[in-house]
Amino acid sequence: MSANLAALLYLGSGILFIMALRGLSSPETSRQGNYLGMAGMALAVGTSLFLVELNGLAWLLVALAVAVGGGAGAIIARRIPMTAMPQLVAAFHSLVGLCAVLVAAAALYEPAAFGISSGDSGVELNQLKLLSLVELALGTAIGAITFSGSVIAFMKLQGLMSGAPIVFKGQHWLNLGLGITVGVFIIFLSASAGDNKTAFWIITLIALVLGVLLIIPIGGADMPVVVSMLNSYSGWAAAALGFTLQNNALLITGALVGSSGAILSYIMCKGMNRSFISVILGGFGADGDAAAATGPADRTAKQGSAEDAAFIMKNAGKVIIVPGYGMAVAQAQHALKEMADALKHEGVDVSYAIHPVAGRMPGHMNVLLAEAQVPYDEVFELEDINSEFATADVVFVIGANDVTNPAAEDDPGSPIYGMPVLQVWKSKTVFFIKRSLGSGYAGIENPLFFRDNTMMLLGDAKKMTESVVKALD
Amino acid sequence: MEVDPNIFRLAIFVLAVFVGYYVVWSVTPALHTPLMSVTNAISSVIIVGALIAAGAAAVSDGAQFAKGAGILAVALASVNIFGGFLVTQRMLAMYKKKDKPAKAEG
Repeated sequence: MSANLAALLYLGSGILFIMALRGLSSPETSRQGNYLGMAGMALAVGTSLFLVELNGLAWLLVALAVAVGGGAGAIIARRIPMTAMPQLVAAFHSLVGLCAVLVAAAALYEPAAFGISSGDSGVELNQLKLLSLVELALGTAIGAITFSGSVIAFMKLQGLMSGAPIVFKGQHWLNLGLGITVGVFIIFLSASAGDNKTAFWIITLIALVLGVLLIIPIGGADMPVVVSMLNSYSGWAAAALGFTLQNNALLITGALVGSSGAILSYIMCKGMNRSFISVILGGFGADGDAAAATGPADRTAKQGSAEDAAFIMKNAGKVIIVPGYGMAVAQAQHALKEMADALKHEGVDVSYAIHPVAGRMPGHMNVLLAEAQVPYDEVFELEDINSEFATADVVFVIGANDVTNPAAEDDPGSPIYGMPVLQVWKSKTVFFIKRSLGSGYAGIENPLFFRDNTMMLLGDAKKMTESVVKALD
Repeated sequence: MEVDPNIFRLAIFVLAVFVGYYVVWSVTPALHTPLMSVTNAISSVIIVGALIAAGAAAVSDGAQFAKGAGILAVALASVNIFGGFLVTQRMLAMYKKKDKPAKAEG
């Protein structure tokens, strides 16, 4: 196969990837989009296999690697519970990062195989051009940051590590220092025409440490931004290697994934009314306990039972359900769907309102509701449904807290002031399922609990919802 | 006057960033999780680099290292490719419209 034909086929694969993302503009076209993505991948891999002359043993090893890796991936994809999607995505990001490091290392150690030697013979065969070195050094640095950062994000999401931010003095200066050191070693590596392998490994090692340091100060509730950000990084790492390998499929994909992650990070930050920088610097929610303790003790919240909730909702005309991360933790989505079905049976109009940062990753709630077979046209985004709360009889808040906090609109002293929130308090009655009267992730008290039209349903989200379903019968 | 091929690559990259920008903004927020899993799968196209490394003729120490790294990278990328596309498919199959009796999945 000629190099030109291969380049064209890689371009075709890049176009298929663009169309795969385009398909996600609506659920109807999304499935077809996913198939186009698979076709793009098959085209890219097929082209590479034609291009690379694998000998017998290499064929066997590659086939074995694909079988083992692909088999593991397929099993994971089949078995993973939907509530675990955030940590799965984080784990997958770490693999992309590690791949980038390995490919960059391979290109450095054997440039001839990649056709990027600086000369055709002698010493030059094992040396690289300046530009290639810079590209692959960037590829390994971003890849290593993606890898270790994703591992930390995975551990936080999986609960293997506390979600609380870890902050220490001089943290950001340390990170800056490490970043500059990486830059210096990239210069060393480039100046050595690739002979200085130690510089490469130092870059990789420092970037690994940097990845850990960048993610530990970011609290659990800021995870949607972290996951999106790591998504973006994995794209930029791929793009950097696309330059090194002079491969259009990688270049286009890297650019797509990089901008996709960046846009998602932006949407998440906007959903929290926080700047990207402040999320990255982290520490949000670190002193939450102190803030929670100062809450006024003289106010009382009204408590209700599942029977109260069932009775009022049964007689309502319009009910809006607001799910949050607590629903995912309690795995309450199926019970919730049952409740909605029972209400619809009584002639109640039921819809769902989703805040952009509900859950631990973008779109987390939508997937869980879809899993419980909630039709997607009953699920609305914040800007589409916020005006509806005023006409709703009942709002049923399950596992959400800060995204319903009226302080974000009327208390300039609140840490979340200015954050767009779901105006649930405008409805006639609010039912709020919660384990206790504690505060949300940021340690911010929610004045909604103490409003006259709010009734607290204290208990586990799933059990409480199941009791409501029972009471509806 | 010849233009450096690197400039063309840069042009492709920059234009692809713009394409990505507009395409991703058109993705419905309900599908943001599948968007992440599918971008994850497609970024594993880095496997093309891994395959080149795996195919290196193992004549020197450097080449043997490259070969090993390449094969390991092929395995890791495969986890992502199969896992990413299949989990996306599984998620997308769950998105259904209102009041339509369960029809065969396309």
